[in-house]
Amino acid sequence: MIGAAFYIAAFIAVLATVMVITRYNIMHALLYLVVSLLAVAVVLYLYGAPFMAALEVIVYAGAIMVLLIFFVMMLNLGKESAAQEKLWLKPRIWIFPSLLCIVLLGELVFLVLQNHQPVSEVKMVNPKEVGIALFGPYILAVELTGILLMAGIVGAYHLGRQKEKTLHRFLENNQS
Amino acid sequence: MILHPTTAGMLLAGVLFVLGLISILVRRDIIFMLLSVEIMLNAAGLAFVVASSHWGTADGQVMFIFILAMAAAEVSVGLALILQLYHQFKTLDSDEAAKMNG
Repeated sequence: MIGAAFYIAAFIAVLATVMVITRYNIMHALLYLVVSLLAVAVVLYLYGAPFMAALEVIVYAGAIMVLLIFFVMMLNLGKESAAQEKLWLKPRIWIFPSLLCIVLLGELVFLVLQNHQPVSEVKMVNPKEVGIALFGPYILAVELTGILLMAGIVGAYHLGRQKEKTLHRFLENNQS
Repeated sequence: MILHPTTAGMLLAGVLFVLGLISILVRRDIIFMLLSVEIMLNAAGLAFVVASSHWGTADGQVMFIFILAMAAAEVSVGLALILQLYHQFKTLDSDEAAKMNG
């Protein structure tokens, strides 16, 4: 079952993610991240979750990435910030955390390869079952997610608001 | 070596998660840290969907939807916080905000 399509998509996902974490320029990193998310969407499709693959493309690669890209464009970060990032990212800084994380990854791979489950093929779970589960036993969690999203909207509005500049009368008159 | 599909999917999720973890430890730029959190959340969602297809139940995919909604809420609040930080310090260096001037 697990064929060449999975390996190609997985390879693209890992490669694009490596490119994301090694870029100095934030815009290049964002574009590579979109590629990575699209590759993950292909993997989700191969695992019998076509609806989740569509959601990954629409919400992650579509909405969240566009939000980040517009945000970066709004801040107008230029060459200076990339140069600064280059200055920060010395091997002395990144080599030790990376080594620790790679040890963790080795442990994880070892544990995953350890288990000997009875062989079962990938099972297709169609969106209808997901919908029934979502609005059946998980209805409380759906409502909580709605509250979370509303809290997100209110929080983003409150935090993103600019403080009104209060100028002295004299300065106001001078400016106008 | 022939990998079982569930094993392969879990390995991919683990690799992506660790890449995100490395990025969040190594980077100083705060937008990159937010991106790393996105990578890690995405890897966790992938693991849920793989498990869902292993057992043939819908629970993992339901969790994926919740993770998606949470990521959207998280990124909007995070970007608003970064905006405030940028206006206050004129930089995206996370070390600038290390001290709380309470």
